[in-house]
Amino acid sequence: MPLFNLKINGSRHTVDVDPGTPLLWALRDHLELVGTKYGCGIAQCGACTVHVDGAATRACAMPVSAVGERAVTTIEGLSANGDHPVQRAWLQHDVAQCGYCQAGQIMTAAALLNTNPQPSDAEIESAMNGNICRCGTYLRIKAAIRTAAGSA
Amino acid sequence: MTLVRTSLDRRNFLKSSAMAGGGLIIGFSWLAGCESAREDAAHIPDEWFDINAYLKISTSGAVTIRSPNPEFGQNVKTSMPMILAEELDIDWQSVIVEQAPFNTAMFDRQFTGGSQGIRRAWPALRMAGAAARQMLREAAAQAWQVPVAEITTQAGKLHHAASGNSAGYGVMASAAAGIAVPQEVELKQVRDFGIIGSSRRNVEGENIVTGRPLFAADFNREGMLIAMVVHAPAFGMTLKSVDDSAARQMPGIRDVFTIRTLEHDYARNGFDVDAFPDLVAVVGETTWQVMNARQALQIEWQAFADHMQTWDARGTPQQRLVPAGLENTTDHARQLRAAVAAPATERRRDGDPEAAFSRAAVVIERSYSAPFLAHNPMEPISCFAHVTADKAELAGPIQAPELIEQTLAARLRMPIENIDIRMTRMGGGFGRRAYGHYLVEAALISQRANAPVKLLYTREDDMTFGVYRPMYRASYRAALDANNNLIAFHVKAGGIPSSPLGNSANRFPAGAVENFLAEQWEIESNITTGAFRAPGSNFMASAEQSFLDEVAEAAGKDPIEFRLELLRRAKENPVGTNNDYEADRYAGVLELVREKSGWGQETADVHRGVSAYFCHNTYVAHVLDMALEDGRPSVQRVCCAIDCGIVINPDAATNMAEGAIVDGVGNALYGSMTFKDGVPERNNFNNYRMIRMREAPKAIDVHFVHNEIDPTGLGEPPFPPTFAAVANALYKATGKRYYDQPYLGDQRTT
Ligand code: FES
Ligand code: FES
Repeated sequence: MPLFNLKINGSRHTVDVDPGTPLLWALRDHLELVGTKYGCGIAQCGACTVHVDGAATRACAMPVSAVGERAVTTIEGLSANGDHPVQRAWLQHDVAQCGYCQAGQIMTAAALLNTNPQPSDAEIESAMNGNICRCGTYLRIKAAIRTAAGSA
Repeated sequence: MTLVRTSLDRRNFLKSSAMAGGGLIIGFSWLAGCESAREDAAHIPDEWFDINAYLKISTSGAVTIRSPNPEFGQNVKTSMPMILAEELDIDWQSVIVEQAPFNTAMFDRQFTGGSQGIRRAWPALRMAGAAARQMLREAAAQAWQVPVAEITTQAGKLHHAASGNSAGYGVMASAAAGIAVPQEVELKQVRDFGIIGSSRRNVEGENIVTGRPLFAADFNREGMLIAMVVHAPAFGMTLKSVDDSAARQMPGIRDVFTIRTLEHDYARNGFDVDAFPDLVAVVGETTWQVMNARQALQIEWQAFADHMQTWDARGTPQQRLVPAGLENTTDHARQLRAAVAAPATERRRDGDPEAAFSRAAVVIERSYSAPFLAHNPMEPISCFAHVTADKAELAGPIQAPELIEQTLAARLRMPIENIDIRMTRMGGGFGRRAYGHYLVEAALISQRANAPVKLLYTREDDMTFGVYRPMYRASYRAALDANNNLIAFHVKAGGIPSSPLGNSANRFPAGAVENFLAEQWEIESNITTGAFRAPGSNFMASAEQSFLDEVAEAAGKDPIEFRLELLRRAKENPVGTNNDYEADRYAGVLELVREKSGWGQETADVHRGVSAYFCHNTYVAHVLDMALEDGRPSVQRVCCAIDCGIVINPDAATNMAEGAIVDGVGNALYGSMTFKDGVPERNNFNNYRMIRMREAPKAIDVHFVHNEIDPTGLGEPPFPPTFAAVANALYKATGKRYYDQPYLGDQRTT
């Protein structure tokens, strides 16, 4: 199997996998970065969201061979101490219920605020609509994003 | 002052001992406190005295509770320490909660279902905390040679004002272990609570937002392999043959074999599921390799014939028919409509309903339906297992380990004591995780592969495996007299394969109507179903509360006032004796929601629906505001009033209610599973429509009734009444009544 050298959370990692392997499974099975979750495998739920060169990307739908030199950030690398404004806002609003979707929600929200630091409610809804929360924490997610936008 | 006894008939709810190396342990029974039954000691089951949880205070002052209660998003890991800390007088954040492993003699009887987590924990934790505090005070009184009554406590410290003595709990913990457990302990008064009733954040919050491994899917172990199973593509089918030659050649694949989850003659309990007993298992090094190898399997399936299955009906084996056939939703709908007109089983009768209907001035007759639903927890099914010659170790998101351990033991041919089940955090449950077939599958695979394995389901596997919410239909009739009084009420409810009436035949409006009839019916199917958030109630509430709205309208009455009138009748002059609700508390939530929503004061562009329901010991009423945006219904606000007794952690309780309401709106508008020739027609989120942020209510206001009643459930009760609040608001918005769920169809439009 071919070797892929990936830039993840600021450091270099080599994985030896089939080129079609989704980034999601390279992270979870080969790099012990299990914060990125599997929810659907077909880019419909957002549980697997990571940043690829800063852009929110569904890791289940991106083969490892397509990553190239681009920098990947996962929830584990979003901040050094869990103190990214989005993470702090999530704690402040006590957003999580089961918590399974939340890494993906946070990564999508952080990418949104990177490109649009003061999103309107409609812009938040449109950026977040691809992330399902089965526990129904949408209102708190929205409120936390507003808080993070205010504090950024 | 509330005194509770720590023993009954010389049997003790509490037991104390010294910790190795110093400190105090109080073992207690998780089931200790069901107050109502305590008056009658003879009827208390022995297991209520089993010590199955404990509280430890170490010499450093660290406080740990080991709870037998799993966590699936309901925040019990936060609320339980709050309850304990309240009675013990410590900082709740210094309490460490450990999840008890399932199988040791000390910790059994674990079940969080039916919103019972806190209800059970409440009296037990209070008693344990209060007893520990009392023993610490006595230890301090002896050490300082002062009367115990003069010892006060605060934030983990003991004080004696007169002598100026003070000490941390840790200092007195070892001495307290030598003091007899008091026969009676004094509990705090509700008005003196300082921790309970104030909002505290989820203790796992930090771990969740930083992506730490918390779930079974995140589990890792040296030498662990990944396993997946393939089940029949259709209900009514079983395995015929497998050609795995190509799959075996694929990279990373270690083994391919078939497993049978349950032996044919095994006496199943209600939580054993085996629509698909014969599975093809693929075991390999990584998830992606196993996923690919699955595609290379050549499997033949065949339709099965009618056959009998063995069920354990409270200890007596019973045979039940599993009908052959590849079922279709269109046929289901026809069967349900036909059943509404057929004879049914009577569940309750008051007065003379038929006579009342024949003399009525107006009879209103409607019927309501709802589809099968998949639970779709965000974390698809996953489970770790390591089975060796004499031992089985499992870690998985299971709601009720005791419901599957018998099956595991029988299937592995291993004594229960050798099976250790560790409960992992659940990525959502909604009832699905009461059905632990995946533990059996993982264990059988590990046994056969002779390695630790992590079984993973894909979303498609998860969604097509069954254990759906049943498909339901209910017909209602109401009779009004010439003065628009409700004189007769008839409900006839059934489903495939079970009736939603369940234990709700004696609920409102039974007790409020002179002539009342409740009946149920059932239609066989080979599609496997099970509990889904507030089982049965989730549909009964939707139908009944939609119907009452229409009856109120026909009677020319305000829908809230109409319900309150009935509740007054149930309170002042109840019909029958067996009415399973308290009319006052029911009316209380309606009155609160009427006030808080500003009922009747809405603007012209807001269309309002009301709905209320009682289940799982909790009363909930909603007022839902709908607007039309470009002709499309959009939920603007839900105002919700809840009576669940004392609210332990109001913000967490609010979060849970918000989630249940969002779930209700989503399933009311979009949720549906359908079948074609036995094949589930939805298998992932591209075709099973889930509610998303844009469709969620724009705002939810949750209001709690303040009282001093012991806390009751919250995970489920706000869910059932949401459906009819949606339907009744849709009617106001569109002029059209909605009878069939999902109200807006299940296909994505956004
Ligand atoms: S797992 Fe990638 S979007 Fe669902
Ligand atoms: S918190 Fe459970 S799915 Fe979002």
